[in-house]
Amino acid sequence: MNGYLGDVAALARKDLKLELRARDTLPAMVLFVLATLVVFHFALPADAGDDASYGLLWIALVFTALLGLARAWAPEREAGALDGLVLAPSDRSAIWLGKTLATLAFLAAAELVALPAFALLFAPLDLGAVAGVALASLGICAVGSLVAAMAAAARGREVLLPLLFLPLAIPLVVGGVGASIADDPSRYLAFLGLYDAVFAILSWAAFEYVVTE
Amino acid sequence: MPLGVVVDAAASPGAAPMQELRRVTDSLVTTATHVIRVESLEKRYGERTVLRNVGFAVRRGETHVVTGPNGSGKTTLLRLLVGLAAPSRGIVEVSLDRARVGYVGHESLLYAELTALENLDLYGRLYRVPERRERVGMLLERFGLWEARAQRVGSFSRGMSQRLALCRALLHEPELLVLDEPYSALDADGAALLDHELAAPDRASTVVVATHEPERLDPVATGRLVLGAR
Amino acid sequence: MSIPKPTLTALAALAVGLGGLSVAMIFFVAPVDSDQGLTQKIFYVHVPIALTAYAGFGLGAWKALRLLMTREERYDLESYTGVHQGTIFGVLTLVTGAIWAKASWGVWWTWSSDQLVLFLVLFLFYCAYFMLRFSIEPGPRRERISAVYALFGVALIPVSFFAIRLANDFIHPTVFTREGPQMTGVMFAAFCVSWVAISLVAYVMYRAELAGKRTDANLRELREALAS
Repeated sequence: MNGYLGDVAALARKDLKLELRARDTLPAMVLFVLATLVVFHFALPADAGDDASYGLLWIALVFTALLGLARAWAPEREAGALDGLVLAPSDRSAIWLGKTLATLAFLAAAELVALPAFALLFAPLDLGAVAGVALASLGICAVGSLVAAMAAAARGREVLLPLLFLPLAIPLVVGGVGASIADDPSRYLAFLGLYDAVFAILSWAAFEYVVTE
Repeated sequence: MPLGVVVDAAASPGAAPMQELRRVTDSLVTTATHVIRVESLEKRYGERTVLRNVGFAVRRGETHVVTGPNGSGKTTLLRLLVGLAAPSRGIVEVSLDRARVGYVGHESLLYAELTALENLDLYGRLYRVPERRERVGMLLERFGLWEARAQRVGSFSRGMSQRLALCRALLHEPELLVLDEPYSALDADGAALLDHELAAPDRASTVVVATHEPERLDPVATGRLVLGAR
Repeated sequence: MSIPKPTLTALAALAVGLGGLSVAMIFFVAPVDSDQGLTQKIFYVHVPIALTAYAGFGLGAWKALRLLMTREERYDLESYTGVHQGTIFGVLTLVTGAIWAKASWGVWWTWSSDQLVLFLVLFLFYCAYFMLRFSIEPGPRRERISAVYALFGVALIPVSFFAIRLANDFIHPTVFTREGPQMTGVMFAAFCVSWVAISLVAYVMYRAELAGKRTDANLRELREALAS
């Protein structure tokens, strides 16, 4: 694999390797999402319907993603490795894409635990719901990587990241919850696809401007 | 002579085209021999002016030494040269693209959780280094890091990290090497290795070094720039 | 003979004049609504304010795009001021919307107004813009990151609007309906005058703020140059 995609693959592989060695982000995400689901059980009133619990699933997913995103650029911040990547002749957008794919892998791993747990503890999940989770996760990681890079350049970045991310995540929550609840999820899935397309392209094109002067 | 200079209005009409042609030719020749051209450079961060009215040029093959007290903007200048920063005013012209520039900064630019080999392999891939494995191995040996190649960089001593950073910068055989106080983190062995690199007669590259000890580079320095204190 | 560009003072005077005219038209010319009575008059103010907010965000995004394309520093202040004005008018939209809701239905907030909900989301988004901007050291980095964020904002506007529409299916069923007013000619005239007046006010504020910020920046540069 040469050229652009090869760069992306090398960068994504690098992130997976780093996580495998350090093992700090993924276990935290998995534990967090499980703990959140348990908290939600106690937070839901007895007569709350299934619909409410789907809403809570999405809150859990968004905040678990935030946890992962907060650490997404941490390896690059140590020893200034981001400068090293930016200096390389490869396209800067490849840095974003590699990071997005790696973050997506971590989020997917956490969801592999979270979704069965949710189905067990709360309500069943059909194909539409799972497709919604998949599509929304794409959007979350695409926008999240970019926004996390912005926050990384700022003071108080831990607080800033959720503030930047949550308004952008609202449409994803709408799409995801809709896909879980509605009898016919196709409208919501199409909307999620639209979001992904618009914001992935925007993030892909804009990343260069976020990491260079 | 910069390209695009205004034609001298005082010259006679007949002479103007010839003068202009000469100016253009001059500047083309300049670009052919100069790797770096900096003119009236100013760098501001908000209200703080870090560099003011800096100008110099570096020819192919030169070793240009940048000195100045702390806070005089040496690091900022070097970052401007490699493109990690953009000038507020003035011109920074480097006639090479990113693929032919090597940089060693204050930080090692390496991943602590990866091994030396993995770090160099990643950068080798990004810089499209031909025969990557061989080149990585050769550099590791040259800088005395072959034994430590499978160790986490996080476990390296400062001297070793700096040596690895040099390997990273030299991996793609850059035509321009920009080093920001490379000796400050190097141990004695590493410093000797760097001296050797810089003095090598077959060294193809142009070098810009910022340093606190300019005397060390006296044998090889061909140009100097002193940045003023604020 | 060339027509001189109107000075800011002249524009401000015109804005005040038009504002007065629009108030007169709203209260004395436009008919009183049969259902909602006087409270419907807020519409003449609320909608133009909302449109002006959109214009502010749009202007901010356009200047942001110009900044990224040309690297010219002046676009940064222009983009920021556009976003700032948009946010001010966005807050006013929420406030006038709340007043209207209270006067019409007795509640300060309703989720059934898609536009109000959209403005709530945008308010959150653009508040974060300011937090982002002022957490970064001034310089090209801050300019570019602010610009990218402003561009994301305008992309978010239509996407959020669709999302809110979609969400209506499973979020609180619409209890209150707000009829899109069928405007008679007189009402439309009053609306237009009001819209022009409010847009003019926004433009004057934009120019004033921009001039003020530029003067600040020049002063700082001078001070810096003198100090060294």
